[in-house]
Amino acid sequence: MKTQIKINGKLRTFEVEPDEYLVDTLRKHHYYSVKKGCDTSSCGVCTVLLDGKPIASCSYLSVKANGHAVTTVEAIEEEATHLAELFGKEGADQCGFCNPGLALTVHAMKKELTDPTDEDIREYLVGNLCRCSGYVSQHRAIKAYMEVRES
Amino acid sequence: MKIEAYTVPTDLEEAYQLLQKEDAGIIAGGAWLKLLPKTLVHGIDLSGLKLDTINETEENYTIGSMVTLRQIETHSSLRTYMGGVLQEAISHIMGVPIRNIATIGGTVAGRYGFSDLLTPLLALRANLVFYKKGQITLESYLKEAPKEKDILLQVIIKKEYGKANYTTVKKTANDFPILNVSVMKIGTHFRVAVGARPSVATLATKTMAYLNESKALTEEVIEKAAAIAVEEIKFGSNARGSKAYRTQLCKVLVERGIKEVAYENTN
Repeated sequence: MKTQIKINGKLRTFEVEPDEYLVDTLRKHHYYSVKKGCDTSSCGVCTVLLDGKPIASCSYLSVKANGHAVTTVEAIEEEATHLAELFGKEGADQCGFCNPGLALTVHAMKKELTDPTDEDIREYLVGNLCRCSGYVSQHRAIKAYMEVRES
Repeated sequence: MKIEAYTVPTDLEEAYQLLQKEDAGIIAGGAWLKLLPKTLVHGIDLSGLKLDTINETEENYTIGSMVTLRQIETHSSLRTYMGGVLQEAISHIMGVPIRNIATIGGTVAGRYGFSDLLTPLLALRANLVFYKKGQITLESYLKEAPKEKDILLQVIIKKEYGKANYTTVKKTANDFPILNVSVMKIGTHFRVAVGARPSVATLATKTMAYLNESKALTEEVIEKAAAIAVEEIKFGSNARGSKAYRTQLCKVLVERGIKEVAYENTN
């Protein structure tokens, strides 16, 4: 099926199968920052933004993205770099496999939540798993990125 | 799931006629399609039918079947309705990236045993509006799905005022529940719903009748109500928990739920 998706501001046209998932379409067309992890929407590494909202691209049919805008981490390079620096500062990173999906979810969270608490941040990010960091150092980095003041 | 053909109708009657074909089925958000093993010859996507809004009046919330779970949990009024019971239930469903995909229509029509949302919806006595069949209760739909193929248009929640509780037990935050319970008190009347048994959610009708006929809500009455709940509800075993474990959990969660809602109204 012919599917038109605006990816990182560029309109792309793809021929996709009706049961093809967005993660597969994106990777097939060299958007390799979109990772394939659990493939059951549990881990969050496949997260992209659809019209600005984070979605699990492993559970979203490509045909559904027709006429919509998809954002991958390449489009938020400046914010992602800043977040990566904070991860480094806090020792919150090892393999980096979860970073693109996490950066996009954090980017969406910053736009969506006003003055979030620690609990708000944890709840928002529950769908983005990291097998390396143990989350505590990652949480410190994300709080710094969100400019959350200590209570 | 294998999908052979995919259509996004913009006309309801067209969607309905397509649905009547053999091996045709509706695709809502598509979040749980991978859990369904069958082949869909005709996949009908309801995205073009403008069913993705929440309307609020003084009497009701009318939720379009293509409204995402995230829309419900962030809706200015629905998120706090009845003490925020729907927001609380939805917040336990995996992460935001999946809640931006999964829809209330897909949740209801799937009649998923693992659902966090169906349990409080049942306790809220939600009604369903189908294109041809009209309005039916969620309770009757979950007991027995209609044989005729129809399109779910809306979920209606009548505004009531009382106190509500929702509790779910999971092995990890991202897992499906082992058991969940929702208890509500509207005026002097209690409602108790139990889900993830692991079968689909059900009302504990005998428990509700016992509570509503009791003159005073003593510790003994609450204990007896929980005992009735585990007698009347059928539990089963799966990879997440055994029948015996679920039975014990249910007793504890029903007792706690009744105590939590028993004494004051929240809105």
